[in-house]
Amino acid sequence: MKAHEKQAYLEEYELLKKKGKPFFPYAVMKDSVMALVVVGVIILMSLLLGAEQGPKADPTTTTYVPRPEWYFFFLFEVLRIIKPPELVPLATIGIPTICMVLLLLLPFYDKGPERRPERRPLATTAGILTILAMGYLTYAGAVSGSPTEIDMKVAPQYKAGAEIVAGSGCLACHKLGENGNNGPGPELTHIGARIPRAAIVRSVEIGPSIMPSFRELPPKKLNELADFLSSLN
Amino acid sequence: MPKLSDLLVPAPLRKTPKPGEAGVPKTPAPQDLKSAPPERPGEMGRVGEQALEAPTEALAWIDQRMAASGFLTGMLFRKVPKGTNWFYTLGSAALFAFIVQAVTGVFLAMFYTPSTTQAYSSIAHINNDVFLGQFVHGMHKWGASVMVILVFLHMGRTFFFGAYKYPRELNWVIGVVILILTMTMAFTGYLLPFDQRSYWASIVGININGTGPIVGPYLSDFLRAGPELGATTLSRFYAIHMLLVPGALIALIGAHMYLVVKLGTTAPPWTRIGNTPRVAEPTTELDAGAVSGNGYSPNGSGSTIAGVQIDGHNGGGATA
Repeated sequence: MKAHEKQAYLEEYELLKKKGKPFFPYAVMKDSVMALVVVGVIILMSLLLGAEQGPKADPTTTTYVPRPEWYFFFLFEVLRIIKPPELVPLATIGIPTICMVLLLLLPFYDKGPERRPERRPLATTAGILTILAMGYLTYAGAVSGSPTEIDMKVAPQYKAGAEIVAGSGCLACHKLGENGNNGPGPELTHIGARIPRAAIVRSVEIGPSIMPSFRELPPKKLNELADFLSSLN
Repeated sequence: MPKLSDLLVPAPLRKTPKPGEAGVPKTPAPQDLKSAPPERPGEMGRVGEQALEAPTEALAWIDQRMAASGFLTGMLFRKVPKGTNWFYTLGSAALFAFIVQAVTGVFLAMFYTPSTTQAYSSIAHINNDVFLGQFVHGMHKWGASVMVILVFLHMGRTFFFGAYKYPRELNWVIGVVILILTMTMAFTGYLLPFDQRSYWASIVGININGTGPIVGPYLSDFLRAGPELGATTLSRFYAIHMLLVPGALIALIGAHMYLVVKLGTTAPPWTRIGNTPRVAEPTTELDAGAVSGNGYSPNGSGSTIAGVQIDGHNGGGATA
């Protein structure tokens, strides 16, 4: 925006303002109606939907499906879509950070004097695409299958171990048969054929690299988990 | 160019000049009310009148010390530009959602205990025993979603109306920081009920932070406040959720609103000064200026003289 365009805007704005109405009572009236609607909607949601508590937090649980609140679904979904391990940091922090920086600096790279959306095709298209993408990702995140399902055939003696794997969030990072995310962790479908049982136990306890440690698992569950994983070959 | 405040505030409401300042006050200064009360008949009437005048005097006393009336009348009676519509209520709606969160949050804090052993039972106590407890808890829970939606809608309006452009760039930046802090509030508040849902979602969230490049591991260590998610994590999230971020939010919302009042809200980008919408062709622009009859026509012709055809916004620039 050049100096004369800035000046033109300010002058036009002054005139538009002169032709406008006082903030009180006109804008205040609209704002008050809107405030009542907002409070009314919140009260209604509280009365209809309540605030039921789930079961108490249990770090040793094996069956719980971790889900973020709905407004983080889009982020959750980006994580599921981007699979290659080397790209995971990009998906988790990279893309959101880049988007936030782009959003923050918007007025510093979009400096044109035009304000009508139909005459800013690039900005308007980018804006609509962003909204559609976030809407789609939120929807996909909402309907996506539970990350704790294991569809493969499991022999009865390994059922308990499979449930622990399903409930401990392993599939967030490991592919297991048809389920789970392919990365950042190695695929577990044939893990028993590739590394010995002791190495599996050590990995689960230590949590190498970015993998979280699961040493809070009771020894019995750890054993069942290791039995199940080492049976995969 | 005249002073902005002179354009905004109708003459009877203008701020009285300070003692020793040039210019005759248009309205009687507050101290005049006190030193020279108007003539009044009868002794009884005088007592009544004085009683009636007490609030005015109290306000005058405060105003002499705060000198706020000029600012307040300026703020209340400032003009909002022509064309202002319902889209412009989204910002104040988001503010009201924040106020609901603040008020309900205070009441929840009266009964909540941020410890791993008691958090869950204190929420159960709020839900089951405290008068209107579950109602207030529900308002806080759902109010969070409403606030997130309203902040996004408000940002969408600002984006599509081009309202982030000169001279409101700084207010856009503040707004984006408010958005980030709102999401931080949502993330940190989610752990506090300490049920399965909040516990596991927070672990996932912290681990996601941990995968970030360079600062990621430090950030997740900071959030977790230890090797495992536990008592220290909960109290850290609690402190962030109800001291750090709300403080920053209140300060930034204050700055955001100060700039809104200072710079004024934008008009919708399609609003033009005349009644006919102005289009790019210089002839129509001339017509619009002439028809509107508000003394703005010289600007319209100015643009054609200068021969510049920058669409829509060239009028004033050519004469300036």
